[in-house]
Amino acid sequence: MQFLISRYNPETDDKPHMQAFEVDVQRGMMLRDALLDIKRQDESFAFRHSCGEGVCGSDGVNVNGSNKLACITPISELKTPIEVRPFPGRPIIRDLVVDMTQFYEQYKKVDPWLVRKEPAPEQEVLQSPEDRDKLDGLYECILCGCCSTSCPSFWWNPDKFLGPQALLSSWRFLADSRDQATDERLDQLEDPYKMFRCHTIMNCVESCPKGLNPTKAIGNIKNLMIKKAV
Amino acid sequence: MALAKRRFDALIIGAGGAGLNAAIQLADTNLQVAVVSKVFPTRSHTVAAQGGVNAALANVSDDSWHWHMFDTVKGSDYLGDQDAIEFMCREAIPTVYELEHNGVPFSRLENGTIYQRAFGGQSQNFGGAQASRTCAAADRTGHAILHALYQQNVRARTHFFDEFFAVELLRDDEGAILGALVLEIETGEPLLIEAKSTILATGGCGQVYRTTSNAHINTGDGMALALRAGAPLMDMEFYQFHPTGIAGKGMLITEGVRGEGGYLVNKDGERFMERYAPNAKDLASRDVVSRAIVTEVKEGRGCGPKSDHVMLKVDHLGEEIISKRLPGIRESGKIFAGVDAVVEPLPVFPTAHYIMGGILTDRYGRVLTDQNDTIMPGLYAAGECACVSVHGANRLGGNSLLDILVFGRAAGLNVLNNTPASHRKLTDSAIQSAMARLERWDQTGTGLSVRELRDEFRRTMEDHAGVFRTEVIMQEGVNKLLALRDKLPDVRLQDHSRVFNTGRIEALELENLFDCGIAMAVSALHRQESRGAHSRPDYPERDDANWMKHSLYYRAEDRMDYKPVTTEPLSVDSFPPKVRTY
Ligand SMILES: Cc1cc2nc3c(=O)[nH]c(=O)nc-3n(C[C@H](O)[C@H](O)[C@H](O)COP(=O)(O)OP(=O)(O)OC[C@H]3O[C@@H](n4cnc5c(N)ncnc54)[C@H](O)[C@@H]3O)c2cc1C
Ligand code: SF4
Ligand code: SF4
Ligand code: FES
Repeated sequence: MQFLISRYNPETDDKPHMQAFEVDVQRGMMLRDALLDIKRQDESFAFRHSCGEGVCGSDGVNVNGSNKLACITPISELKTPIEVRPFPGRPIIRDLVVDMTQFYEQYKKVDPWLVRKEPAPEQEVLQSPEDRDKLDGLYECILCGCCSTSCPSFWWNPDKFLGPQALLSSWRFLADSRDQATDERLDQLEDPYKMFRCHTIMNCVESCPKGLNPTKAIGNIKNLMIKKAV
Repeated sequence: MALAKRRFDALIIGAGGAGLNAAIQLADTNLQVAVVSKVFPTRSHTVAAQGGVNAALANVSDDSWHWHMFDTVKGSDYLGDQDAIEFMCREAIPTVYELEHNGVPFSRLENGTIYQRAFGGQSQNFGGAQASRTCAAADRTGHAILHALYQQNVRARTHFFDEFFAVELLRDDEGAILGALVLEIETGEPLLIEAKSTILATGGCGQVYRTTSNAHINTGDGMALALRAGAPLMDMEFYQFHPTGIAGKGMLITEGVRGEGGYLVNKDGERFMERYAPNAKDLASRDVVSRAIVTEVKEGRGCGPKSDHVMLKVDHLGEEIISKRLPGIRESGKIFAGVDAVVEPLPVFPTAHYIMGGILTDRYGRVLTDQNDTIMPGLYAAGECACVSVHGANRLGGNSLLDILVFGRAAGLNVLNNTPASHRKLTDSAIQSAMARLERWDQTGTGLSVRELRDEFRRTMEDHAGVFRTEVIMQEGVNKLLALRDKLPDVRLQDHSRVFNTGRIEALELENLFDCGIAMAVSALHRQESRGAHSRPDYPERDDANWMKHSLYYRAEDRMDYKPVTTEPLSVDSFPPKVRTY
């Protein structure tokens, strides 16, 4: 089966170009297996990957126009011709490897850690199973970037708009009954860009390989803001 | 061109659970700390751990650290050091509370405390009723822990070098460690990081085998770095294989499938476990089942076009049971084998899972160089790459996350309390010998490819240092591995570009795989008994009189030495060796 792969080596190329590879595809093969086969054919081909089971978040790529994790994308589900490109909107370092610095910076901007103001008890901070359930669908984020790099608002303002991933993380802590920084977190988001550039285009939801819903998280933050304002 | 150089008080190599928990201890201090990781920290393989972390919190069943200690000593087949095990089991309790305070979203019980589940090998009252000791965040505990630790390090502004590859330790003529030579993967430029203390926290080496539950990055780099700096690796013959990984891929299929009534068949449709273990059949212990599968394949009764796996039959259980009790397995089968377990059997083969052995350390994380506990100045190790030893010949589920956290923390604290006032002098010869490793890959011309040699190496490891360990097979394996090692100098890279050259990284990793794999094979060949995961048909019994001792492998001349097991705990009575039955 033929795969068209975006190639770019900054030391020799002016701009990216597509290169065709033939891969002997067998039943059950994932896109990552095909990329590994291509790497065997051409040692110079570069892409990130590690766990091979959709938990480390390394191998997000753009396949036929959608962002996906290569390791859990069955080749059988892809339409031919299969075109694999790096994430859109990010600077390309080499082949499928992009510079994700800005994505991580936005994540760090939402203070993505549990804040406790009271001194820690000797044992665990208690949390009811119902309160713990509120974190499901939020804490599972693997920071793969499929969402933010498919978001048009993030493409245009990657430095000012936090993007769906960071906002999902912000809500992950706002929703945690143990967290004691709700006001500070909300104050930080009061800005014309940070959150309010989300136009509910929903690309993020469609592309999340973990089935998470950043749009809903953003809506929850907005509702909480309104609630706090009155 | 002058080499770029940075100076820190402490250098931590590895940002998995062990490295990040060490970093946290140093975060809010006045020490300058660098954390180097070849992948972005949350991509470390701790992220893949599912089940949970053990601590005798007694939230679900009566429990005590002392019972936890008993189970761990017994599980280790009496090869674990009882002082380190006592320390770990006591520390487990505050460690898990600290994790919770750091934000880990543990599942909860009705009363709001941390949820704990039962795991194999856990008992109350020194071998009595089943205990529930494994603290869990659903079936994503590793992910939850790794992310929370990373987040706390972001809060504390830990200095991360993301996507930097540690190439070699810097070592002066007196054998002290002065930091490391690292490579910035993005630019391909080398960087010298000088440090008064260096902690290795680089994880496991499952990639020495063809089929493994370990990630692409688990290439045993830290173990190889320590070996090349002159430290020994301890108990490397003890490697845990899980019988049912998805064939050719290695993702785990839980033992629960066989617990529910699934069974293994060969190409003739024969339920072959009946021949190997007439009583326990498919639920015989892991090493027995793994060996049976390998035998079937070796004797030509494997399935598939290459006859290289067996089948795990589940479909007879019916859709209802499968979707209710084994939904995750149905899902993985679909994703990774293209097979729906409801209608077809799953192709499986044993998968390499966990290295019990590693860099010899004491319970403060200090790297030791011999049986007299001589300290290697400036070097620490923690996590799966280290061997304290708390797992001995066999590790219990849920004890590895515990090990990496407890000893990562201990190493961090020990660095904090013992950082020397000044840096030792970084000598030219230290720099040159480290740089030589890197420059070697600049050689041009034709030669073997990394891929060819890696494939052959991993196949040899699987065939000769896998689950089946007789003298003849292992001796042949060691001979083959040493011959392959002689071919390493003939390997050439074709691509010498700098920017994000993953081919070059894989070449450096291949050298590390060789160092680990040969340590494993040589250690295994020497141990003439069966204990824990090291199971030899030609020496089927445990031999405490001759072999209740740790193996030490040194790289120079592939030399073996031995070290007594510490049977004296810190404060309680020793658990004397007994026959291990469950
Ligand atoms: C599928 C699976 C499930 C598991 N489930 C459980 C479980 O339920 N309970 C349990 O207790 N244990 C479990 N384990 C075992 C446990 O998860 C691991 O032993 C543990 O997470 C290892 O942690 P670590 O910090 O030592 O290493 P890792 O998390 O592997 O981290 C290693 C770090 O070192 C870095 N590194 C490596 N080499 C270099 C280099 N040359 N230069 C720079 N950086 C480098 C990597 O980038 C990474 O940051 C499981 C293991 C697997 C594979
Ligand atoms: S819903 Fe908002 S965050 Fe998601 S893709 Fe659209 S604009 Fe971006
Ligand atoms: S929200 Fe989903 S798509 Fe976005 S980074 Fe997290 S896991 Fe990836
Ligand atoms: S390789 Fe880890 S998510 Fe795909």
